Amino acid sequence: MDFLRVLDEATPLLLQGLQMTVGISLLSLLFGMLLGLFTCLMSISKNKLLKGIAGVYIWIVRGTPMIVQAFIVFFGAPQLIQQFVPAFKIDAFTAGVITLSLNAGAYLAEIFRGGIQAVPKGQTEAARSLGLSKAKTMVKVVLPQAFKVALPSMVNQFIITIKDTSILSVIGLADIVNRAKVYVGKSYQFFATYIFVAIYYLVVISLLMIVSKYLEKRVSYDRKG
Amino acid sequence: MTEKVKVTALKKSFGKLNVLNGIDVSIAEGEVVCVIGPSGSGKSTFLRCLNRLEKATGGEIIIDGYPILDKHININKVRQQIGMVFQNFNLFSHLTVKKNIMLAPIDSKKLTPAQAEETAMQLLKRVGLEDKADAYPHQLSGGQQQRVAIARSLAMNPDIMLFDEPTSALDPEMVGEVLQVMRELAEGGMTMVVVTHEMGFARDVADRVIFMADGVIVEEGTPEEVFGNPKEDRTKEFLSCVL
Repeated sequence: MDFLRVLDEATPLLLQGLQMTVGISLLSLLFGMLLGLFTCLMSISKNKLLKGIAGVYIWIVRGTPMIVQAFIVFFGAPQLIQQFVPAFKIDAFTAGVITLSLNAGAYLAEIFRGGIQAVPKGQTEAARSLGLSKAKTMVKVVLPQAFKVALPSMVNQFIITIKDTSILSVIGLADIVNRAKVYVGKSYQFFATYIFVAIYYLVVISLLMIVSKYLEKRVSYDRKG
Repeated sequence: MTEKVKVTALKKSFGKLNVLNGIDVSIAEGEVVCVIGPSGSGKSTFLRCLNRLEKATGGEIIIDGYPILDKHININKVRQQIGMVFQNFNLFSHLTVKKNIMLAPIDSKKLTPAQAEETAMQLLKRVGLEDKADAYPHQLSGGQQQRVAIARSLAMNPDIMLFDEPTSALDPEMVGEVLQVMRELAEGGMTMVVVTHEMGFARDVADRVIFMADGVIVEEGTPEEVFGNPKEDRTKEFLSCVL
Protein backbone atom coordinates (compact mmCIF):
# COMPACT_ATOMS: atom_id res chain seq x y z
CA MET A 1 0.00 0.00 0.00
CA ASP A 2 1.53 3.21 -1.10
CA PHE A 3 -0.81 6.14 -0.74
CA LEU A 4 1.65 8.74 -1.91
CA ARG A 5 2.50 6.82 -5.06
CA VAL A 6 -1.16 6.30 -5.84
CA LEU A 7 -1.90 9.94 -5.10
CA ASP A 8 0.82 10.93 -7.52
CA GLU A 9 -0.01 8.51 -10.33
CA ALA A 10 -3.77 8.21 -10.11
CA THR A 11 -4.83 11.78 -9.35
CA PRO A 12 -4.84 13.06 -12.95
CA LEU A 13 -6.83 10.01 -14.07
CA LEU A 14 -9.26 10.20 -11.20
CA LEU A 15 -9.79 13.92 -11.70
CA GLN A 16 -10.67 13.28 -15.36
CA GLY A 17 -13.09 10.62 -14.18
CA LEU A 18 -14.50 12.97 -11.56
CA GLN A 19 -15.14 15.54 -14.25
CA MET A 20 -17.12 12.97 -16.18
CA THR A 21 -19.04 11.87 -13.08
CA VAL A 22 -19.99 15.41 -12.13
CA GLY A 23 -20.74 16.42 -15.71
CA ILE A 24 -23.02 13.51 -16.46
CA SER A 25 -24.72 13.93 -13.09
CA LEU A 26 -25.50 17.59 -13.65
CA LEU A 27 -26.75 17.01 -17.19
CA SER A 28 -28.90 14.04 -16.16
CA LEU A 29 -30.33 15.85 -13.15
CA LEU A 30 -31.26 18.80 -15.32
CA PHE A 31 -33.09 16.55 -17.81
CA GLY A 32 -34.42 14.44 -14.95
CA MET A 33 -35.94 17.49 -13.24
CA LEU A 34 -37.68 18.58 -16.43
CA LEU A 35 -38.85 15.06 -17.17
CA GLY A 36 -39.94 14.65 -13.55
CA LEU A 37 -41.94 17.86 -13.47
CA PHE A 38 -43.58 17.00 -16.78
CA THR A 39 -44.39 13.46 -15.67
CA CYS A 40 -45.69 14.71 -12.35
CA LEU A 41 -48.07 17.15 -14.04
CA MET A 42 -49.24 14.30 -16.27
CA SER A 43 -49.84 12.03 -13.33
CA ILE A 44 -51.95 14.59 -11.44
CA SER A 45 -53.90 15.65 -14.53
CA LYS A 46 -57.46 14.52 -15.05
CA ASN A 47 -56.70 13.16 -18.52
CA LYS A 48 -56.67 9.37 -18.20
CA LEU A 49 -54.30 8.85 -21.13
CA LEU A 50 -51.64 11.23 -19.76
CA LYS A 51 -52.06 9.72 -16.32
CA GLY A 52 -51.65 6.24 -17.82
CA ILE A 53 -48.49 7.12 -19.74
CA ALA A 54 -46.92 8.63 -16.63
CA GLY A 55 -47.93 5.61 -14.57
CA VAL A 56 -46.46 3.06 -16.99
CA TYR A 57 -43.20 5.02 -17.29
CA ILE A 58 -42.76 5.24 -13.53
CA TRP A 59 -43.74 1.59 -13.12
CA ILE A 60 -41.13 0.38 -15.63
CA VAL A 61 -38.31 2.49 -14.22
CA ARG A 62 -39.04 1.58 -10.62
CA GLY A 63 -39.57 -2.08 -11.41
CA THR A 64 -36.27 -2.71 -13.19
CA PRO A 65 -32.65 -2.35 -12.03
CA MET A 66 -30.73 0.54 -13.52
CA ILE A 67 -28.00 -1.75 -14.78
CA VAL A 68 -30.57 -3.53 -16.96
CA GLN A 69 -31.92 -0.18 -18.16
CA ALA A 70 -28.40 0.88 -19.09
CA PHE A 71 -27.83 -2.36 -21.04
CA ILE A 72 -31.11 -1.88 -22.89
CA VAL A 73 -30.32 1.72 -23.81
CA PHE A 74 -26.70 1.07 -24.78
CA PHE A 75 -26.84 -2.45 -26.32
CA GLY A 76 -30.49 -3.36 -26.81
CA ALA A 77 -32.10 -0.31 -28.31
CA PRO A 78 -29.33 0.30 -30.90
CA GLN A 79 -29.69 -3.30 -32.12
CA LEU A 80 -33.38 -2.71 -32.69
CA ILE A 81 -32.94 0.68 -34.32
CA GLN A 82 -30.14 -0.59 -36.59
CA GLN A 83 -32.66 -2.82 -38.35
CA PHE A 84 -34.27 0.33 -39.71
CA VAL A 85 -31.32 2.75 -39.64
CA PRO A 86 -28.20 0.63 -40.17
CA ALA A 87 -25.80 3.48 -39.47
CA PHE A 88 -27.25 4.19 -36.04
CA LYS A 89 -24.72 4.40 -33.21
CA ILE A 90 -24.84 5.49 -29.62
CA ASP A 91 -21.88 6.37 -27.40
CA ALA A 92 -21.57 5.54 -23.73
CA PHE A 93 -22.01 9.16 -22.66
CA THR A 94 -25.29 9.66 -24.53
CA ALA A 95 -26.62 6.30 -23.37
CA GLY A 96 -25.56 7.18 -19.84
CA VAL A 97 -27.36 10.53 -19.87
CA ILE A 98 -30.52 8.90 -21.27
CA THR A 99 -30.50 6.12 -18.67
CA LEU A 100 -29.82 8.40 -15.71
CA SER A 101 -32.33 11.04 -16.84
CA LEU A 102 -35.07 8.47 -17.35
CA ASN A 103 -34.28 7.02 -13.95
CA ALA A 104 -34.09 10.27 -12.01
CA GLY A 105 -37.14 11.61 -13.87
CA ALA A 106 -39.37 8.80 -12.67
CA TYR A 107 -38.33 9.08 -9.04
CA LEU A 108 -38.44 12.89 -9.07
CA ALA A 109 -41.94 12.78 -10.58
CA GLU A 110 -43.14 10.84 -7.55
CA ILE A 111 -41.31 13.21 -5.19
CA PHE A 112 -42.90 16.25 -6.87
CA ARG A 113 -46.32 14.60 -6.78
CA GLY A 114 -45.94 13.97 -3.07
CA GLY A 115 -44.97 17.60 -2.54
CA ILE A 116 -47.92 18.94 -4.52
CA GLN A 117 -50.38 16.66 -2.79
CA ALA A 118 -49.04 17.72 0.61
CA VAL A 119 -50.22 21.30 -0.02
CA PRO A 120 -53.66 21.61 1.63
CA LYS A 121 -56.62 21.88 -0.72
CA GLY A 122 -57.68 25.09 1.02
CA GLN A 123 -54.66 26.87 -0.45
CA THR A 124 -55.89 26.14 -3.96
CA GLU A 125 -59.46 27.05 -3.09
CA ALA A 126 -58.41 30.37 -1.58
CA ALA A 127 -56.39 31.26 -4.67
CA ARG A 128 -59.16 30.22 -7.07
CA SER A 129 -61.76 32.13 -5.04
CA LEU A 130 -59.67 35.27 -5.52
CA GLY A 131 -59.92 34.78 -9.28
CA LEU A 132 -56.50 33.27 -9.99
CA SER A 133 -56.47 30.86 -12.92
CA LYS A 134 -55.57 27.20 -12.46
CA ALA A 135 -52.09 27.73 -13.88
CA LYS A 136 -51.40 30.85 -11.82
CA THR A 137 -52.58 29.05 -8.68
CA MET A 138 -50.13 26.27 -9.43
CA VAL A 139 -47.20 28.60 -10.04
CA LYS A 140 -47.80 31.21 -7.34
CA VAL A 141 -49.34 29.19 -4.53
CA VAL A 142 -48.95 25.42 -4.86
CA LEU A 143 -45.48 24.90 -6.33
CA PRO A 144 -43.59 27.19 -3.91
CA GLN A 145 -45.10 25.30 -0.98
CA ALA A 146 -44.63 21.92 -2.67
CA PHE A 147 -40.97 22.73 -3.29
CA LYS A 148 -40.37 23.18 0.42
CA VAL A 149 -41.96 19.85 1.23
CA ALA A 150 -40.15 18.05 -1.57
CA LEU A 151 -36.69 19.54 -1.07
CA PRO A 152 -35.22 16.94 1.33
CA SER A 153 -36.39 14.04 -0.87
CA MET A 154 -35.16 15.85 -3.97
CA VAL A 155 -31.69 16.21 -2.51
CA ASN A 156 -31.78 12.56 -1.57
CA GLN A 157 -32.57 11.67 -5.19
CA PHE A 158 -29.74 13.93 -6.40
CA ILE A 159 -27.33 12.02 -4.18
CA ILE A 160 -28.60 8.68 -5.45
CA THR A 161 -28.24 9.83 -9.06
CA ILE A 162 -24.68 11.03 -8.52
CA LYS A 163 -23.71 7.70 -6.99
CA ASP A 164 -25.58 5.75 -9.65
CA THR A 165 -23.27 7.16 -12.31
CA SER A 166 -20.81 4.54 -11.09
CA ILE A 167 -23.11 1.82 -12.44
CA LEU A 168 -22.59 3.27 -15.91
CA SER A 169 -18.99 2.12 -15.88
CA VAL A 170 -20.42 -1.23 -17.06
CA ILE A 171 -21.26 0.32 -20.45
CA GLY A 172 -17.78 1.82 -20.64
CA LEU A 173 -18.48 5.35 -19.43
CA ALA A 174 -15.12 6.82 -18.39
CA ASP A 175 -16.31 7.95 -14.99
CA ILE A 176 -14.23 7.96 -11.82
CA VAL A 177 -14.92 4.31 -11.01
CA ASN A 178 -13.97 3.19 -14.48
CA ARG A 179 -10.72 5.19 -14.39
CA ALA A 180 -9.93 3.69 -11.01
CA LYS A 181 -10.53 0.18 -12.33
CA VAL A 182 -8.13 0.79 -15.18
CA TYR A 183 -5.46 2.15 -12.85
CA VAL A 184 -5.89 -0.70 -10.39
CA GLY A 185 -5.52 -3.16 -13.23
CA LYS A 186 -2.02 -1.88 -13.84
CA SER A 187 -0.88 -1.06 -10.33
CA TYR A 188 -2.75 -3.52 -8.09
CA GLN A 189 -3.19 -0.68 -5.55
CA PHE A 190 -6.76 -1.62 -4.67
CA PHE A 191 -6.98 -0.19 -1.19
CA ALA A 192 -5.44 3.22 -1.74
CA THR A 193 -7.12 3.80 -5.09
CA TYR A 194 -10.63 2.99 -3.97
CA ILE A 195 -10.18 4.98 -0.76
CA PHE A 196 -9.38 8.00 -2.93
CA VAL A 197 -12.42 7.30 -5.09
CA ALA A 198 -14.60 7.18 -1.98
CA ILE A 199 -13.14 10.48 -0.77
CA TYR A 200 -13.94 12.16 -4.09
CA TYR A 201 -17.58 11.02 -3.84
CA LEU A 202 -17.74 12.21 -0.25
CA VAL A 203 -16.48 15.65 -1.23
CA VAL A 204 -18.94 16.06 -4.10
CA ILE A 205 -21.90 14.90 -2.05
CA SER A 206 -20.89 17.01 0.95
CA LEU A 207 -20.87 20.08 -1.29
CA LEU A 208 -24.36 19.21 -2.47
CA MET A 209 -25.51 18.81 1.12
CA ILE A 210 -24.15 22.23 2.05
CA VAL A 211 -26.09 23.81 -0.82
CA SER A 212 -29.25 21.97 0.19
CA LYS A 213 -28.96 23.04 3.83
CA TYR A 214 -28.71 26.62 2.64
CA LEU A 215 -31.78 26.19 0.42
CA GLU A 216 -33.75 24.52 3.19
CA LYS A 217 -33.02 27.45 5.46
CA ARG A 218 -34.14 29.91 2.82
CA VAL A 219 -37.50 28.25 2.32
CA SER A 220 -38.20 27.53 5.99
CA TYR A 221 -40.74 30.34 6.26
CA ASP A 222 -43.01 28.44 8.58
CA ARG A 223 -40.50 27.52 11.23
CA LYS A 224 -40.86 29.55 14.40
CA GLY A 225 -38.38 32.32 14.99
CA MET B 1 -82.99 47.48 -4.75
CA THR B 2 -80.92 45.72 -7.38
CA GLU B 3 -80.81 41.98 -7.35
CA LYS B 4 -77.24 40.75 -6.78
CA VAL B 5 -77.70 37.01 -6.58
CA LYS B 6 -80.46 34.92 -8.09
CA VAL B 7 -80.48 31.19 -7.49
CA THR B 8 -83.10 29.02 -9.14
CA ALA B 9 -83.73 25.30 -8.50
CA LEU B 10 -80.12 24.74 -7.48
CA LYS B 11 -79.23 21.07 -7.17
CA LYS B 12 -75.98 19.44 -6.15
CA SER B 13 -75.16 15.81 -5.63
CA PHE B 14 -71.92 14.03 -4.81
CA GLY B 15 -72.35 10.71 -6.57
CA LYS B 16 -75.58 9.26 -5.22
CA LEU B 17 -75.74 11.65 -2.29
CA ASN B 18 -78.08 14.56 -2.92
CA VAL B 19 -76.81 17.52 -0.91
CA LEU B 20 -78.92 20.31 -2.39
CA ASN B 21 -82.44 19.48 -3.49
CA GLY B 22 -83.60 22.61 -5.26
CA ILE B 23 -82.71 25.93 -3.67
CA ASP B 24 -84.38 29.19 -4.73
CA VAL B 25 -82.96 32.41 -3.33
CA SER B 26 -82.76 36.00 -4.39
CA ILE B 27 -80.37 38.37 -2.63
CA ALA B 28 -80.51 42.13 -3.02
CA GLU B 29 -77.59 44.55 -3.12
CA GLY B 30 -76.41 45.44 0.37
CA GLU B 31 -78.38 42.65 1.97
CA VAL B 32 -76.83 40.54 4.74
CA VAL B 33 -78.12 36.99 4.64
CA CYS B 34 -77.22 34.48 7.33
CA VAL B 35 -77.64 30.81 6.55
CA ILE B 36 -78.12 28.59 9.58
CA GLY B 37 -78.93 24.93 9.98
CA PRO B 38 -77.65 21.62 11.32
CA SER B 39 -74.38 20.21 9.96
CA GLY B 40 -74.91 18.23 6.80
CA SER B 41 -77.81 20.44 5.79
CA GLY B 42 -75.94 21.63 2.70
CA LYS B 43 -75.40 25.23 3.74
CA SER B 44 -71.65 25.26 3.06
CA THR B 45 -72.18 23.46 -0.23
CA PHE B 46 -74.76 26.07 -1.19
CA LEU B 47 -72.28 28.84 -0.42
CA ARG B 48 -69.49 27.13 -2.36
CA CYS B 49 -71.76 26.80 -5.39
CA LEU B 50 -72.13 30.58 -5.48
CA ASN B 51 -68.53 31.04 -6.67
CA ARG B 52 -68.39 27.66 -8.38
CA LEU B 53 -65.91 26.09 -5.98
CA GLU B 54 -68.50 23.33 -6.13
CA LYS B 55 -70.00 22.68 -9.50
CA ALA B 56 -73.77 22.63 -9.27
CA THR B 57 -75.50 19.60 -10.75
CA GLY B 58 -78.59 21.51 -11.84
CA GLY B 59 -80.39 24.81 -11.70
CA GLU B 60 -79.23 28.31 -12.39
CA ILE B 61 -77.12 30.89 -10.53
CA ILE B 62 -77.00 34.47 -11.73
CA ILE B 63 -74.56 36.84 -10.05
CA ASP B 64 -74.44 40.48 -11.14
CA GLY B 65 -76.21 39.39 -14.29
CA TYR B 66 -73.68 36.65 -15.13
CA PRO B 67 -75.03 33.11 -15.42
CA ILE B 68 -72.03 31.58 -13.67
CA LEU B 69 -72.91 27.97 -14.44
CA ASP B 70 -72.54 28.74 -18.14
CA LYS B 71 -69.42 27.04 -19.47
CA HIS B 72 -68.48 30.04 -21.57
CA ILE B 73 -68.37 32.45 -18.70
CA ASN B 74 -64.90 33.53 -17.52
CA ILE B 75 -65.26 32.30 -13.97
CA ASN B 76 -61.96 33.87 -12.88
CA LYS B 77 -63.30 37.30 -13.79
CA VAL B 78 -66.54 36.68 -11.90
CA ARG B 79 -64.69 35.38 -8.86
CA GLN B 80 -62.75 38.64 -8.65
CA GLN B 81 -66.08 40.27 -7.70
CA ILE B 82 -66.92 37.64 -5.07
CA GLY B 83 -64.83 37.51 -1.94
CA MET B 84 -64.75 34.32 0.10
CA VAL B 85 -63.67 33.72 3.68
CA PHE B 86 -63.09 30.16 4.81
CA GLN B 87 -63.48 28.35 8.09
CA ASN B 88 -59.77 27.51 8.16
CA PHE B 89 -58.58 30.94 6.94
CA ASN B 90 -56.44 29.40 4.17
CA LEU B 91 -53.85 32.16 4.18
CA PHE B 92 -50.98 31.39 1.81
CA SER B 93 -48.47 30.04 4.28
CA HIS B 94 -45.38 30.84 2.17
CA LEU B 95 -46.20 34.55 1.95
CA THR B 96 -46.17 37.34 4.49
CA VAL B 97 -49.44 38.93 5.54
CA LYS B 98 -48.89 41.86 3.20
CA LYS B 99 -47.97 39.63 0.25
CA ASN B 100 -51.04 37.50 0.90
CA ILE B 101 -53.19 40.56 0.36
CA MET B 102 -51.20 41.85 -2.61
CA LEU B 103 -51.08 38.63 -4.64
CA ALA B 104 -54.48 38.66 -6.35
CA PRO B 105 -54.76 42.40 -7.10
CA ILE B 106 -51.35 42.35 -8.77
CA ASP B 107 -51.96 39.09 -10.61
CA SER B 108 -55.27 40.31 -12.01
CA LYS B 109 -53.63 43.61 -12.95
CA LYS B 110 -56.30 45.43 -10.98
CA LEU B 111 -53.54 47.33 -9.18
CA THR B 112 -49.87 48.07 -9.69
CA PRO B 113 -47.54 46.63 -7.04
CA ALA B 114 -47.24 50.04 -5.40
CA GLN B 115 -51.01 50.54 -5.33
CA ALA B 116 -51.50 47.01 -4.06
CA GLU B 117 -49.11 47.63 -1.19
CA GLU B 118 -50.90 50.83 -0.28
CA THR B 119 -54.26 49.06 -0.40
CA ALA B 120 -52.88 46.21 1.71
CA MET B 121 -51.68 48.60 4.39
CA GLN B 122 -55.00 50.47 4.42
CA LEU B 123 -56.92 47.21 4.77
CA LEU B 124 -54.63 45.98 7.53
CA LYS B 125 -55.25 49.22 9.37
CA ARG B 126 -58.96 48.70 8.95
CA VAL B 127 -58.80 45.24 10.55
CA GLY B 128 -56.34 46.49 13.18
CA LEU B 129 -53.28 44.52 12.07
CA GLU B 130 -50.96 47.02 10.39
CA ASP B 131 -48.12 45.97 12.70
CA LYS B 132 -48.36 42.40 11.37
CA ALA B 133 -47.75 43.28 7.72
CA ASP B 134 -44.44 41.44 7.52
CA ALA B 135 -45.36 38.49 9.72
CA TYR B 136 -46.05 35.02 8.31
CA PRO B 137 -49.49 33.50 8.86
CA HIS B 138 -48.22 30.91 11.38
CA GLN B 139 -47.06 33.73 13.63
CA LEU B 140 -50.63 35.01 14.02
CA SER B 141 -53.49 33.82 16.20
CA GLY B 142 -56.55 32.32 14.55
CA GLY B 143 -58.55 35.49 14.96
CA GLN B 144 -55.77 37.57 13.44
CA GLN B 145 -55.43 35.14 10.53
CA GLN B 146 -59.13 35.36 9.83
CA ARG B 147 -59.03 39.15 9.88
CA VAL B 148 -56.15 39.04 7.37
CA ALA B 149 -58.18 36.63 5.25
CA ILE B 150 -61.03 39.12 5.20
CA ALA B 151 -58.61 41.91 4.24
CA ARG B 152 -57.22 39.69 1.46
CA SER B 153 -60.70 39.27 -0.01
CA LEU B 154 -61.47 42.96 0.29
CA ALA B 155 -58.31 43.86 -1.63
CA MET B 156 -60.05 42.73 -4.81
CA ASN B 157 -62.78 45.24 -4.06
CA PRO B 158 -65.56 42.65 -4.33
CA ASP B 159 -69.21 43.55 -4.25
CA ILE B 160 -70.31 40.30 -2.64
CA MET B 161 -68.66 38.55 0.29
CA LEU B 162 -69.21 34.89 1.14
CA PHE B 163 -68.38 33.66 4.65
CA ASP B 164 -68.14 29.93 5.28
CA GLU B 165 -68.39 29.44 9.05
CA PRO B 166 -65.72 32.11 9.61
CA THR B 167 -65.58 31.72 13.38
CA SER B 168 -66.03 27.96 13.76
CA ALA B 169 -62.31 27.20 13.95
CA LEU B 170 -61.55 30.00 16.42
CA ASP B 171 -60.95 29.93 20.14
CA PRO B 172 -63.96 31.48 21.88
CA GLU B 173 -62.13 34.65 22.92
CA MET B 174 -61.23 35.40 19.29
CA VAL B 175 -64.71 35.10 17.83
CA GLY B 176 -65.62 38.64 18.82
CA GLU B 177 -62.83 40.39 16.92
CA VAL B 178 -63.75 38.64 13.67
CA LEU B 179 -67.47 39.27 14.09
CA GLN B 180 -66.69 42.94 14.74
CA VAL B 181 -64.91 43.25 11.38
CA MET B 182 -67.86 41.55 9.67
CA ARG B 183 -70.30 43.80 11.46
CA GLU B 184 -68.48 46.89 10.19
CA LEU B 185 -68.48 45.44 6.70
CA ALA B 186 -72.24 44.92 6.89
CA GLU B 187 -72.76 48.46 8.13
CA GLY B 188 -70.70 49.67 5.17
CA GLY B 189 -73.30 48.23 2.83
CA MET B 190 -71.54 45.07 1.62
CA THR B 191 -73.72 42.31 0.21
CA MET B 192 -72.95 39.34 2.44
CA VAL B 193 -73.90 35.68 2.60
CA VAL B 194 -72.80 34.20 5.91
CA VAL B 195 -72.99 30.54 6.85
CA THR B 196 -72.71 30.59 10.60
CA HIS B 197 -73.42 29.01 13.94
CA GLU B 198 -73.25 32.40 15.66
CA MET B 199 -76.93 32.94 16.36
CA GLY B 200 -76.22 36.20 18.17
CA PHE B 201 -74.52 37.62 15.10
CA ALA B 202 -77.33 36.43 12.84
CA ARG B 203 -79.92 38.01 15.09
CA ASP B 204 -78.09 41.37 15.33
CA VAL B 205 -76.65 41.84 11.87
CA ALA B 206 -78.65 39.81 9.37
CA ASP B 207 -81.38 41.38 7.26
CA ARG B 208 -82.63 37.91 6.55
CA VAL B 209 -82.08 34.50 8.08
CA ILE B 210 -82.33 31.32 6.04
CA PHE B 211 -82.80 28.04 7.83
CA MET B 212 -81.65 25.03 5.82
CA ALA B 213 -82.07 21.34 6.51
CA ASP B 214 -81.64 18.27 4.29
CA GLY B 215 -80.65 20.31 1.28
CA VAL B 216 -83.69 22.57 1.15
CA ILE B 217 -84.64 25.94 2.59
CA VAL B 218 -87.09 25.12 5.35
CA GLU B 219 -87.84 28.63 6.44
CA GLU B 220 -86.63 32.16 5.87
CA GLY B 221 -87.45 35.63 7.13
CA THR B 222 -86.18 38.48 9.24
CA PRO B 223 -84.26 37.48 12.37
CA GLU B 224 -87.32 38.43 14.44
CA GLU B 225 -89.53 36.10 12.43
CA VAL B 226 -87.17 33.12 12.35
CA PHE B 227 -85.81 33.35 15.89
CA GLY B 228 -88.85 34.90 17.57
CA ASN B 229 -91.66 33.09 15.89
CA PRO B 230 -90.51 30.09 13.85
CA LYS B 231 -93.29 28.47 11.85
CA GLU B 232 -91.83 25.09 10.97
CA ASP B 233 -91.32 22.28 13.48
CA ARG B 234 -87.89 21.53 12.02
CA THR B 235 -86.81 25.13 12.72
CA LYS B 236 -88.20 25.07 16.25
CA GLU B 237 -86.40 21.82 16.96
CA PHE B 238 -83.07 23.21 15.70
CA LEU B 239 -83.41 26.52 17.54
CA SER B 240 -84.29 24.80 20.79
CA CYS B 241 -80.98 22.97 20.57
CA VAL B 242 -78.77 25.96 19.78
CA LEU B 243 -80.34 28.88 21.61
